[in-house]
Amino acid sequence: MATRYELVYVVSPEATEAQVTELHTQVEQIAERLKGKIEKTENWGRRKLAYEIGPHKEGTYVIETIDGGGELMKEIDRRLKVSDLIIRHLVVRIDEEQQVIDRTRGKRTENMRRRRVARGLPPDRQPGEGQRGETEDDDRFDMNEVER
Amino acid sequence: MNGRKGSSGGRGRTGGQGGQQGKDGQRRPMFRRRKVCKFCADKIDDINYKDVKLLMPFVPERAKILPRRISGTCAMHQRKLRTAIMRARQLALIPYTAE
Repeated sequence: MATRYELVYVVSPEATEAQVTELHTQVEQIAERLKGKIEKTENWGRRKLAYEIGPHKEGTYVIETIDGGGELMKEIDRRLKVSDLIIRHLVVRIDEEQQVIDRTRGKRTENMRRRRVARGLPPDRQPGEGQRGETEDDDRFDMNEVER
Repeated sequence: MNGRKGSSGGRGRTGGQGGQQGKDGQRRPMFRRRKVCKFCADKIDDINYKDVKLLMPFVPERAKILPRRISGTCAMHQRKLRTAIMRARQLALIPYTAE
């Protein structure tokens, strides 16, 4: 199974739009060369930074989801480090986390369906069936809540 | 001394009870609202570093990560929260410190 990575880079606010697209094509080329593939690209546009990085107070955020091997990511990481236009970047592996998330979600719906069937209800929540949690308050006495 | 930290943390609902007087004017034990992990309660499986809105309540003014004892987050989710906050900080989405 292919590993999936997520790459986020922050481009200097002085960079023109053409330069941002050029960076994207550069990444794409490296990916192609090392038999990877860009699954998705997201551009958040210009955002204020939470803290100043050197002279910069703003940056353009670009997020790419890439399928490929570790060698490819190493190469991309190296290239981005060298680039002057990029003020920050981060590479994170996401396929394993996504699997865990999917598994817990699947388990939860499965459990819910089983419990609902056991109670003699249809397995899926019907429209109009509200969540009760909001109105009902869990105020049962519990030793931990006592202040000594 | 009456439980000042009563309902702190990321929980939206606040408790109005506590400090009720007993019939005979005796001091009743104070109730403190049981804190529940926000991520377990709301069934948030994915604590993502890009979701600044989700993370912000856990980094109050000084930009330090809110401890579990105050937010009531469970151990597993606090761990995930921590990695998410640290990644977001690297990308300048969340501050390391307040100026």
